[in-house]
Amino acid sequence: MKILVPVKRVVDYNVKVRVKADGSGVDIANVKMSMNPFDEIGVEEAVRLKEAGVATEVVAVSCGLAASQETLRAAMAMGADRGILVETDAELQPLAVAKLLKAVCDKEQPQLVICGKQAIDDDANQTGQMLAALAGWPQATFASKVSIADGKASVMREIDGGVETLSVTLPAVVTTDLRLNEPRYATLPNIMKAKKKPLETVKPADLGVDVAPRLATLKVSEPAQRKAGEMVADVAQLVDKLKNVAKVI
Amino acid sequence: MIRDQETLNILLDTISRFVRERLVPAENIVAETDRIPDDIVAEMKELGLFGLSIPEEHGGMGLTMEEEVLATFEIGHTSPCFRSLFATNNGIGGQGIVIDGTPEQKAHYLPKLVTGEYIGSFALTEPDSGSDAASLRTTAVRDGDFYVLNGTKRYITNAPEASIFTVMARTDPAQKGAGGISAFIVERGTPGLSLGNPDEKMGHKGSHTCDVIFENCRVPAANLIGGREGIGFKTAMKVLDKGRIAIAAISVGVAERMLEDALRYACERKQFGKPIAEFQLIQAMLADSKAELYAARCMVLDAARRRDQGLDVGTEASCAKMFASEMCGRVADRAVQIFGGAGYLSEYGIERFYRDVRLFRLFEGTTQIQQLVIARNMIRAHNG
Ligand SMILES: Cc1cc2nc3c(=O)[nH]c(=O)nc-3n(C[C@H](O)[C@H](O)[C@H](O)COP(=O)(O)OP(=O)(O)OC[C@H]3O[C@@H](n4cnc5c(N)ncnc54)[C@H](O)[C@@H]3O)c2cc1C
Repeated sequence: MKILVPVKRVVDYNVKVRVKADGSGVDIANVKMSMNPFDEIGVEEAVRLKEAGVATEVVAVSCGLAASQETLRAAMAMGADRGILVETDAELQPLAVAKLLKAVCDKEQPQLVICGKQAIDDDANQTGQMLAALAGWPQATFASKVSIADGKASVMREIDGGVETLSVTLPAVVTTDLRLNEPRYATLPNIMKAKKKPLETVKPADLGVDVAPRLATLKVSEPAQRKAGEMVADVAQLVDKLKNVAKVI
Repeated sequence: MIRDQETLNILLDTISRFVRERLVPAENIVAETDRIPDDIVAEMKELGLFGLSIPEEHGGMGLTMEEEVLATFEIGHTSPCFRSLFATNNGIGGQGIVIDGTPEQKAHYLPKLVTGEYIGSFALTEPDSGSDAASLRTTAVRDGDFYVLNGTKRYITNAPEASIFTVMARTDPAQKGAGGISAFIVERGTPGLSLGNPDEKMGHKGSHTCDVIFENCRVPAANLIGGREGIGFKTAMKVLDKGRIAIAAISVGVAERMLEDALRYACERKQFGKPIAEFQLIQAMLADSKAELYAARCMVLDAARRRDQGLDVGTEASCAKMFASEMCGRVADRAVQIFGGAGYLSEYGIERFYRDVRLFRLFEGTTQIQQLVIARNMIRAHNG
């Protein structure tokens, strides 16, 4: 079984992002970039499935700037067998990425695609769902446990008030939640070896996909500053404030 | 020299993340128990930290000096005792074999150092021979296919953990100086080799030193490094050239960590109604530290690049070691000052770093010895 794992290069989660002065976006010049943490969980899950003998090949795919090659190398250092870079410097929105991934799926014919549930930069939470719709495949989002047997994936997902288990017929799209696994540290020797794994570069045009944005960003602004809290003397005062000032009870 | 920027970025990211997520949270427990927990040691081995600078043909990563110092900057962002455990394999405990070992010695020992199965130690210093290392008294007398070693080595890093020791001993008693010295690989468990009690130290808790004692210790002649007598001191000095750049790099790394901690504290701690970072006298300490750190970082990188080019870096290595370790001491002192009373309490960790970094000005050649080396090289070059 072949598993495809899309990986996105995003601003590292430790970086405090700043909005550009002209409000056109966030400033990512000279900012540390890393693999989207949810995608890292996807790579880990795929590699574990391979180590367990369930999968035979793990292919990492990234769409975006040439620098995303580094993200693919990081996935290969963790254990992906090869990488595909769909290289473009166009702004990519979720629908465009889903179409690109659909085209890659047509070519690669994976049985399973493991996406992150969302990317920590734009937090759209759409790509996996859109890909499933475009491919006409079942989807199981926000997975916290995945097991594969008899051409089906059994996926536990956290929902309001409990855990739901879905059984989806392969090929399918699964998106990862935080509790699915804890990604490994790529060992330093494996990082060196990843350099020698195959990495193929294609352009959106090669895949016949129009990536033109459908949405226009009008303005990006910082969230409003949180006001300082208020100390209360005792429980009675707290209840009074909740009742009469906040009016929530 | 950086061979492949992309691979190096991933490597540095991985090390930095490992340091932040696994080592930093363990700093206090390591200091309290004077021991690195077994699971962390296992993870350090698994990650590949023990083979950073051992050549690829022997299973290591063969990092260039420039790559290695960049990695060391990241490793310095936590207690330096973690590095001490694997630094001897990559540095003074393994490089003697890497630089001057015979093909058989390399093939036998280096793969075991790479995985961390073996810990290597470097035994040069003696009770009566420290800065004046060439006056060492440990003797090695040839007896058939063996050398018989007698003497005591002092303050040997990782000796309590070591599987092999690179030992400098005098094979030619007629030659009092460097020329009479040879280097040997001595395995733990060789009859006649024993260890003293672990030393009680000011800092570097979690990393251990002790005496290594040789009493009629019979070492196979095949373990003479390079297979030749009389070149041992040269081997030791080549090892120390590299080691000095490495100590300079760790000084930079730890200074970066202390300055980060001090900056964060200065921005959070309020007195007179505002963060202390807004006081210009605090700003001066921050700025002086930053500038000196930057200078040291540049020196370390330059010395490393020159070594990668195959140039003689005796002078540059000493300059970098001296400046960076002294800089680190000044940054430690200012960091404690910025923390105020909290800087004196163990809870905040900064006093631990203050004690840890004191060592950098002492070992692998004191500051005074670096000054002597630098000036001697200058005068020699002038006189031609
Ligand atoms: C924690 C720790 C780990 C160590 N690890 C190792 C190890 O793994 N292997 C190893 O071989 N050694 C190791 N050492 C030993 C270390 O390298 C020596 O302590 C160091 O070289 C200084 O030697 P010394 O202690 O004999 O001091 P001394 O040589 O006695 O020096 C005392 C003082 O005199 C000064 N001085 C000496 N000669 C001169 C001179 N000519 N001009 C001006 N000033 C001078 C020195 O700078 C110093 O200030 C370690 C030491 C420590 C503390």
